[in-house]
Amino acid sequence: MTLRERLREKISAAFYHHGLLCASYPVPIILFTSASILTCCYPLLRLPLPGTGPVEFTTGVRDYTVPSHEPQGDLGERPDWYRGPPVAYIQQVLVKAAVSPWDSSLVPVDVFRSPLGRVFSLLEEIRNHVHSDSTGVRSLEALCLQVTDLLPGLRRMQSVLPEHGCLLVSPGNYWQNQRELFDSDPDPLKTIQKHEPKGLHTSATLRDLLFGVPGKHTGVSHYNRKRVVTYTITVVLVSYDTRFLGSLRSRLKQLHPSANCSLRDDHMVHVHFKEEIGIAELIPLVTTYIILFAYIYFSTRKIDMVKSKWGLALAAVVTVLSSLLMSVGLCTLFGLTPTLNGGEIFPYLVVVIGLENVLVLTKSVVSTPVDLEVKLRIAQGLSNESWSIMKNMATELCIILIGYFTLVPAIQEFCLFAVVGLVSDFFLQMFFFTTVLSIDIRRMELADLNRRLPAEAGLPPPKPGPLRPREAPPPPRPSPHTITLQTPAFRNLRLPKRLRVVYFLARTRLAQRIIMVGTVIWIGILVYTDPAGLRTYLAAQVSEQSPLGDSGGGGLPPHLGVAPVFHAGDPTSTLSVLPAPEPTPLPENQSQGHHGSAGAGPRPQVPPAVPQITWGAEDEEGWRRLSFRHWPSLFSYYNITLAKRYISILPVIPVTLHLSPQEAIETRHPQDTRHPPPPIPKVSADLQTDLTLYKVAALGLAAGVLLVLLLFCLYRVLCPRNYGQNGVAHGRRRRGDLPCDDYGYSPPVSEISPLLLRGHSMDIECLASDGMLLASCCLAGQIRVWDAQTGDCLTVIPNHGLRRSSSSGCWEQRDGWDSVGGATEPECLGSDYLLRRRSVPARPTLFTDQPDLTPLIDTNFTCQPPSHLATPPRGGFDFGGLVERAYLEHESPSLGDAPTLPAQDRASTAGTQATADWDSSVWAMELRGNLIAAGRSSGKLELWDAVEGSLRCSNEDGVSGITALAFLNNRIVAARLNGSLDFFTVEINKPLGLLQYRGAPGRGSMPPSPCYSSEDVISCQLTRSVQCAHQKPITVLRAAAGRVVTGSQDHTVRVYRLEDSCCLFTLQGHSGGITAIYIDQTMVLASGGQDGAICLWDVLTGSRVSHVYGHRGDVTSLVCTTSCVISSGLDDLICIWDRSTGIKLYSIQQEVGCGASLGVISESLLVTGGQGCVSFWDLNFGDLLQTVYLGQSSDGQGVRQLLVLDNAAIVCDFGSELSLVYVPSVLEKLD
Amino acid sequence: MTTNLVIRGTMLFSVGVFLALVLNLLQVQRNVTLFPPDVISSIFSSAWWVPPCCGTASAMIGLLYPCIDSRLGEPHKFKREWSSVMRCVAVFVGINHASAKVDFANNVQLSLTLAALSIGLWWTFDRSRSGFGLGIGIALLATLATQLLVYNGVFQYTSPDFLYIRSWLPCIFFAGVITMGNIGRQLALYEYKVVQEKTHQD
Repeated sequence: MTLRERLREKISAAFYHHGLLCASYPVPIILFTSASILTCCYPLLRLPLPGTGPVEFTTGVRDYTVPSHEPQGDLGERPDWYRGPPVAYIQQVLVKAAVSPWDSSLVPVDVFRSPLGRVFSLLEEIRNHVHSDSTGVRSLEALCLQVTDLLPGLRRMQSVLPEHGCLLVSPGNYWQNQRELFDSDPDPLKTIQKHEPKGLHTSATLRDLLFGVPGKHTGVSHYNRKRVVTYTITVVLVSYDTRFLGSLRSRLKQLHPSANCSLRDDHMVHVHFKEEIGIAELIPLVTTYIILFAYIYFSTRKIDMVKSKWGLALAAVVTVLSSLLMSVGLCTLFGLTPTLNGGEIFPYLVVVIGLENVLVLTKSVVSTPVDLEVKLRIAQGLSNESWSIMKNMATELCIILIGYFTLVPAIQEFCLFAVVGLVSDFFLQMFFFTTVLSIDIRRMELADLNRRLPAEAGLPPPKPGPLRPREAPPPPRPSPHTITLQTPAFRNLRLPKRLRVVYFLARTRLAQRIIMVGTVIWIGILVYTDPAGLRTYLAAQVSEQSPLGDSGGGGLPPHLGVAPVFHAGDPTSTLSVLPAPEPTPLPENQSQGHHGSAGAGPRPQVPPAVPQITWGAEDEEGWRRLSFRHWPSLFSYYNITLAKRYISILPVIPVTLHLSPQEAIETRHPQDTRHPPPPIPKVSADLQTDLTLYKVAALGLAAGVLLVLLLFCLYRVLCPRNYGQNGVAHGRRRRGDLPCDDYGYSPPVSEISPLLLRGHSMDIECLASDGMLLASCCLAGQIRVWDAQTGDCLTVIPNHGLRRSSSSGCWEQRDGWDSVGGATEPECLGSDYLLRRRSVPARPTLFTDQPDLTPLIDTNFTCQPPSHLATPPRGGFDFGGLVERAYLEHESPSLGDAPTLPAQDRASTAGTQATADWDSSVWAMELRGNLIAAGRSSGKLELWDAVEGSLRCSNEDGVSGITALAFLNNRIVAARLNGSLDFFTVEINKPLGLLQYRGAPGRGSMPPSPCYSSEDVISCQLTRSVQCAHQKPITVLRAAAGRVVTGSQDHTVRVYRLEDSCCLFTLQGHSGGITAIYIDQTMVLASGGQDGAICLWDVLTGSRVSHVYGHRGDVTSLVCTTSCVISSGLDDLICIWDRSTGIKLYSIQQEVGCGASLGVISESLLVTGGQGCVSFWDLNFGDLLQTVYLGQSSDGQGVRQLLVLDNAAIVCDFGSELSLVYVPSVLEKLD
Repeated sequence: MTTNLVIRGTMLFSVGVFLALVLNLLQVQRNVTLFPPDVISSIFSSAWWVPPCCGTASAMIGLLYPCIDSRLGEPHKFKREWSSVMRCVAVFVGINHASAKVDFANNVQLSLTLAALSIGLWWTFDRSRSGFGLGIGIALLATLATQLLVYNGVFQYTSPDFLYIRSWLPCIFFAGVITMGNIGRQLALYEYKVVQEKTHQD
């Protein structure tokens, strides 16, 4: 044994024990794992939340020193990023200028032209300011941030932003800082506007950059009512010099004193900017995430054969994610702060760690033998894969270690994370996922226990049916009939993968959801990454509104006083005010106009309105009102990033400028006076802002509509209505088109052939099944027993009554008794197993409306095999004598034309014995275990062995015809035509243990087992007969849950207890004969009558729960599911009622004359019989899922009876044939 | 059969174009720290023919791989699953990401790291000799073609650092070839299955 093998064995053993441990104590282990995950993730709480908004930190100006690079221990509230010098210091000079006093001769342009003009002299002042003291001479040139050139691609900014030298921005930049250009500019506003971007912008615009205050606060517009112009001169300094700045400040203050200014100047604010996520960076990120999700999707899709696929997929994803979180948390705990962008490396980490191990584990565990204990399955599965898991893990660790030695810091960090992530992922796989898997497997086994055997039809390895030796299922018979079947209830269909993908998309409405989620994310990103942009915009809107409200009180009176002036100030009146000296200035003679306007003096009669320049707290940090991208975008123009760095903003220097009207007029441009004043000056300002708002809204709306239309078109192009129907023969679809639901797709189609069980010569009258066997009885009285799963005919019990002529009416059972052990027919023995066909002219008297059926009737008659003879009779029945007589009587005509049936049939019918009771037909039939209970019109009850086809006993205590039978446990209840109810007990002579209950039909869970062996002697005794149980014939008889419920023509329903035949309740409430009753194990009782009413009863108390009228005419059939009651009526309507409230959920109008038979296959699948077809309905939505046509020439024949078998097959009669339709896809797992 | 081929080719082409656009974006990020707002337009305007070229190349490679597999008679059996393919694509994007985002000390280091990563990609997802050979060959050819293009002035690198580009280009090409071959093989496998099913049905 090599070392490798020994190692392998050890690992395998360790994994085995570990698997046992996990499966044994799932809950403690999951708790432990969760606790460890939480512990490891705890350090993450200290990490800052990711965000892109800037962070501020304020320090005092006086004791300011440039922070050092090294962290100096704990510095209180000092943030991490506050280290080293800032990128730049921002010194803003906030200028507020106004022409005062204002008089009416001034035109709106005057509000800002001369104040803006003053910027040039201020700029000169700042540029030329020199501070000299003992330490030397300092000028701005030495301190300011020298920029070289603009980013290529910003050509249009070239003329505006400084391209070299100091980074000093002001409104003067619009005119290249040259007074002459400004003076000769006919329309400054237009110049400003020219540089504005066309589209919608929430971030910094050029105007904001140059003015340094939000556009609305500049006052540079024609509609400025406060007539105060505000702008800043922004100086970007690279180093901080207290003295120089102090002298500049005092100089400016001295030159332009601000009287009422009380701005604080002792705080500087440091603003730290996070990493920027631009759209260009977002695209690769989104791509990687899309790839990641595709990877996860394709991986988890492979999880199969488990109880809850989604649960396990979720567990897998949780495993990987929490291992990542754990790795980050652990790294943080040990002092490794992640410097990588988590969002970027995250997908790669997931991909590196991978979901493979999880899937391999699942696969391995699932493929262990199903019959093992859960613990052992888990352990075995784990140990099977242990070697490969360990090997993979080692390989991955090696690769990562190699990566670690690349010595690239980023890769090293990634590798470190990956190593810790791998280890924690391994831990989680072993503890968390394995445990979840064990829980899942256990749940699945429980679910399978609750399901009966046929459920295995959905599982690949079908368990061999334990009941009786049965032939292997035959290959699907070729049948000309195709049926189509549809999802959504059917998901296990074998569809092409492509269709499945599309179908998955359609079913989960993936497209819509993705669009929705995308929209939400988009909005979120918008709000998140650009909060200041939106927020300032909104705040501006709000603040715009509120001062207006104020001005309604305070600002309005002067405004009203001005109003007439304004009125006089419209173009015509301005011209009329200035008549002589100003002939309408032509555009070309500027100088003339200039002089003309210069000559216009202030009108003395107008009271001067003095614009107030006020300084408030909001001016202190005016930059706050700017977009938070203001500074980053300014710097980015010079290819300087502020991401993860900070700038320091120094307190503003306030400058107040009062300009005389004279000066304003002097600086006028000749074209200024030609500007028309605002037509509606009062509201236009609001209007403008409002208009932008409306524009935004309209644009957004239009974009949304366009998007929707586009997507709709795409959808239409990509999903034509008729896909999924390709290549299917459509000819057979007679009942309308295949359903096509609201979403425009119609289901993919699969074909299933109904199995036609042929053999009966006449229409089928009775149908009974116990899940494994299927018994049918035709009008000819022939009973056939079929295998419900394969459709093979097992037994044929011919009706011997038809052979009997009318003359011999009184053979008795006694006859048979007498001839026990008597002579057997020599001819029979000789023509061993010969089948004879006999045609009998006699007609049953009861059904007078029947056609003459005699030529059709097969009367297969065989004699007793010698083996049976050899067994000593044990007081049982032996009908040798009867047989003899029968043969003697009818020998001659039929010997020649005896057809040879298939050997199987011959064998199975070999044991058939002739019976008495000739002239009655079977009216009711039940099948339990191996026993067929047949109630005849003569009132006789017979028990047949279903497999051997022999009569086991009969009872002739009653004379009235048996209309209905119920066979529950070992009791048989027979309802008779005269309204009496007979309770029989089936007894066998063997110990009771052999008589195993098969459970009730439907949802029983016991595996079928042989009930009555052929040696048993079975007797059937009348234990109680309730005479006059009903006044009129009993129409319906149902038994379940120890109760027998009868419904009769006399409008009443009676409930009996099965054990002691005691009548518990007589339920009155119908105003017509009872036609349908439903009772199941859960004791729900529903009854329907000829009056069209449906009553729900409480079987325990006998009270009526609800009473609804649903049908015009008889209720023909009633079925309940756990949530609803389904009824069908003579009016061809199927109604679905809510079971608890009795409210009609919906109704389905069927075609006229369809059958009344109903069946519920699963909670959501209803099957109804129709004319030659059966239809499947989705109960949840009332959609027709599919119509299955049973035959080609089936127009005349309706499906009258329909049985739902436990293996989700349905059996229905179809004329003289039975049709077995498998609905395999219902057997999906309950997840 | 031809329709299938065309469909496959179209899918591969679109994948190639998409990846080219995205990865181009990554490379552009390398050279510019912060973006002016019109970066998107600049990307599309840079060289319009690059993405189609990449798409065509990837379509050819993706069709070539399964073809060669069948010619050689050694069908590729290793990890034939979509999840594996997705993993491969993710790793490929990751290699690009690393080459664009991570600062390496020098170009040799960059080259070596990328080469190791590419070989690792091949080992993890392909492990076929034909794949390796084809990858190497195509990578060399493509690098040569790019160099020629640059030489003739048809195409220019935005980055002044010429060696930098040259150091990662072959590795990226190799990884791309492996990735596209993986996708192509997977698609071919799917088609093969469909054909098999059809013959089965018939």
